[in-house]
Amino acid sequence: MSIGYPLRSLWRLPLSLWISLVTAMLAPLAAADTQPLHVTIGYLSEAVAEPAPLSLVEVVAADKGLAGAKLAIDDNQTTGRFLNQTYELKEQSVPAGGDLKAGLDALIGQGAKLIVTDLTASRLLELADLPEAKDVLIFNVHAEDDRLRITDCRFNVFNVVPSYAMKADALAEYLAVKKWTRWVLIAGKNDPDKAFAAALQRAAKKFGSKIVEERTYAYDAGSRRSDTGQQQVNKQMIELTQRLPDYDVLVVSDESEVFGEYLPYRLWDPRPVVGTQGLVPTAWHRSQEQWGGMQLQHRFEQQNHRWMLERDYSAWVAVRAIGESVTRTGKADPADMHQYLVSDAFTLGAFKGQGLTFRKWDQQLRQPLVLASPLMLVSVSPQEGFLHQRTPLDTLGYDEPESSCHLNQ
Amino acid sequence: MKSIILFVSSLALALSGSLLATPAAAYTAYVSNEKGNSITIVDLDKMAVTGTVPVGARPRGITLSHDKKQLFICTSDADHIEVLDLDSLKVVNILPSGPDPELFTLSPDGNRLYVANEDNNMVTVLDVKQGNVATEIPVGTEPEGMGVSPDGKWLVNTSETTSMAHFIDTSTNQLVDSVLVDTRPRFAQFTPDGKEVWVSSEVGGTVSVIDATSRKIAQKITFAIPGIRKETIQPVGIAITNDGKTAFVALGPANRVAVIDVASRKVEQYLLVGQRVWEMAFTPDEKFLVSANGESNDISIIDVAALKVIKSVTVGELPWGVAIR
Repeated sequence: MSIGYPLRSLWRLPLSLWISLVTAMLAPLAAADTQPLHVTIGYLSEAVAEPAPLSLVEVVAADKGLAGAKLAIDDNQTTGRFLNQTYELKEQSVPAGGDLKAGLDALIGQGAKLIVTDLTASRLLELADLPEAKDVLIFNVHAEDDRLRITDCRFNVFNVVPSYAMKADALAEYLAVKKWTRWVLIAGKNDPDKAFAAALQRAAKKFGSKIVEERTYAYDAGSRRSDTGQQQVNKQMIELTQRLPDYDVLVVSDESEVFGEYLPYRLWDPRPVVGTQGLVPTAWHRSQEQWGGMQLQHRFEQQNHRWMLERDYSAWVAVRAIGESVTRTGKADPADMHQYLVSDAFTLGAFKGQGLTFRKWDQQLRQPLVLASPLMLVSVSPQEGFLHQRTPLDTLGYDEPESSCHLNQ
Repeated sequence: MKSIILFVSSLALALSGSLLATPAAAYTAYVSNEKGNSITIVDLDKMAVTGTVPVGARPRGITLSHDKKQLFICTSDADHIEVLDLDSLKVVNILPSGPDPELFTLSPDGNRLYVANEDNNMVTVLDVKQGNVATEIPVGTEPEGMGVSPDGKWLVNTSETTSMAHFIDTSTNQLVDSVLVDTRPRFAQFTPDGKEVWVSSEVGGTVSVIDATSRKIAQKITFAIPGIRKETIQPVGIAITNDGKTAFVALGPANRVAVIDVASRKVEQYLLVGQRVWEMAFTPDEKFLVSANGESNDISIIDVAALKVIKSVTVGELPWGVAIR
C-alpha cells in the first residue's frame, strides 16, 4: 500500500509545526457550544410482508415507521438550526431473512451509530448481539414482545414501542373501571396472536377480571376483498361466538388481521369487542388530538398525505429522543447518549400530556396509552385511581420486580 | 297603575344612577371557550355571565386592542384572527394570520400583533391598521408563547417542541438569540421593568427566569405541592403585577395558581382554582386576577390583596384565554 504524496509530505513536517497543527485541530473543541455537530441516524428494516388491515378503509403504508422518523429529523433540524447541529437519516432495508450484519455495517460505514430498528424480536436480538453492535444504540419501534422487557433485555436496546403487556394492561384498567370484568378471549393461531393473548390473560389476573372462556380462530387469512363475502363472514362469526357463558366483553387477539375486524356487530350475543380490533390500546391514533396532538398529526399529514400510524409515532419518538438528548448534552456518541437517556434529566415532550422517560431496568419507554375506537379517542390509560409508588405509568406492563432485567444498576 | 309606572321609572333612574356613579369599577371579563366556539362575557361587579358571543372555530388566545374597544381572537381552526367589536358584540373584521394561530401579543404602541402559528414554525407580524401580514419570522417547532418587552423593542417567542425562547429584535424582525429552556415552553412574560423574561415549561414543570440583557437563565423556579403528583404540575399562564413584586403562575392539571415573590423568586403559596387552569388576566386596578379553568368550564376570581379565591363562575366549554377591560 502506498501513501499518496500529500500524506507522505506530512510526515516530513518539523515537530513544532506538528504541534501547532494538532493544537489548531483541538482548540475549537473548547468552544463546544458553537462547534457544528452532525448527527447521523440509521433506520434499519427488513422487507417482510406484514398483514394488511382487513378493512379496505385502513391505509396500507409501505413506509410505516420510516415516515415518522423522517418527520422527526425535520423537527430535530429546526431545533438544530439554533445550536449549529444538523441531522440526517440513512435508511437500510435488508431482504427477508437477509444479512443483518451487512445492513448494520452499511449504516455504520455511513457514520450512523444510532439505529432505529423496524425488526421483529428475534431479528432484533440477532442484530443487537452482533459484535459490531456493541457500540451502537438501537431503538426498537416494532417488536412488542414481552421477552424483550423481561428476559431478553439488551444494554444496547431501547424499547420505544409499548410492549404487549403494556397494551393489555391499558385495556384491562379501562375494563375494570367500566366493570366489564367477565371476558371471552378469542385469539388467532399465529405466534403474535398468541403472544398478545398471553398478555391479556396476565392483565385479566392483574386487574381482577375473569376470562370465562377462551377460543381460537383457526382459519387461514383470506383476501381483503370479496364481492359477496359478508354473508359467509356473518355465518362464521356467529358460529365462532355462540354457546358462550354469560360475559361482558369479547376480547380479541388478532395481530395477523385475519378475523378481528369481522367481529363487531356480528357476535351471537350483543357485546362490545375490544383488543386488537374494536376498542384498541395503542401508542397513537389518528383521533388523538389532546395535548397539542393535532400539531403532530397536521405536520405528518402534510408531509405524507396519510394519517400517522402507531409505528410512525414510535419512530418519531425514537428520533426525537435522540434529538432531545443531543440538544441538551451537545453530544451524539452512543455511550453519552445512553447515560443521558436513562438519567433523571431526560424527559421527552411527545403529545401525551406529560414527559416521557425510560425505565432504567429494561429501557422501555414509559407512556400513557390511547384507547381508541375506529374513529374516536375513547380514553387514556393509566386510568384514574390506578396507583404506583413510582409513577402511575408503571402500572402498565411488567414492573421492575417482575422482570429479570436489571440494566443500568 | 300610575304608582306602578312611577315605581318602575324611579327604579330605572336609581339603577342608571348607580351605574353612572361607579363606571370605573364596572370591569368586564371576556373568556374564550376553545370547544364552545364562543366568547363568554362576565360582569366582574356582579360576578355573573351577561352574554355569550359565537365566534369562529376553536378560539384560544385573546387580547384587547389599545383603545379597549375591540377584542382580537385567535380562532385557531378557522386559521385567522377575528376582531370583535365590544360595543356591538359583532365580529367586524377578519385578519389574516398563518395557519393555526394560537397565541399572540400586541405591541405596546398597539400597531402590531405578533402571532404564533403552531403549524408552520413561524411568527407572523400583523399590521393591525392595514390588516395585512407585515412579515413572517421563522422560529422553532410549534411556536406558542409570545411576550413583548415594555418598550416594545424585544419580542420573545417560545417553541414547544424545540424547547427554546427565541429573542426577536422588533426593529429588524430578526431572530437574534435562542435560549434553551425546559420541555414544552408555553408562555413568555416580561417583568414590568423589562429586565427579566419569565418562561413557563409545561412538561418540564418549571419557570425559567431569563435575564433579558445577557439572555441567560438566572434561575429555574420549581414547584412542589403536597399530595399532588409531580407530572401533573404543568406551568402555563404567567401574570405579574404592575409593581413587579408578585407573579402568578397557572399550574394546569395541578389545579393551582402559584404565588411567587418576584424579588426572591420564591413560591409563597398555592391557590386552589378550577381544573386545568390555563391563562389568567388582572382587572385594570389589579384588585382581581381571573383564571380560565379548561376542564371545569369555569373561571376563578382571585382577590389579589387577600390572595384568596373568592368566586367561581361557570362559562362556556373549555375556557382557554381571558381579557379584561
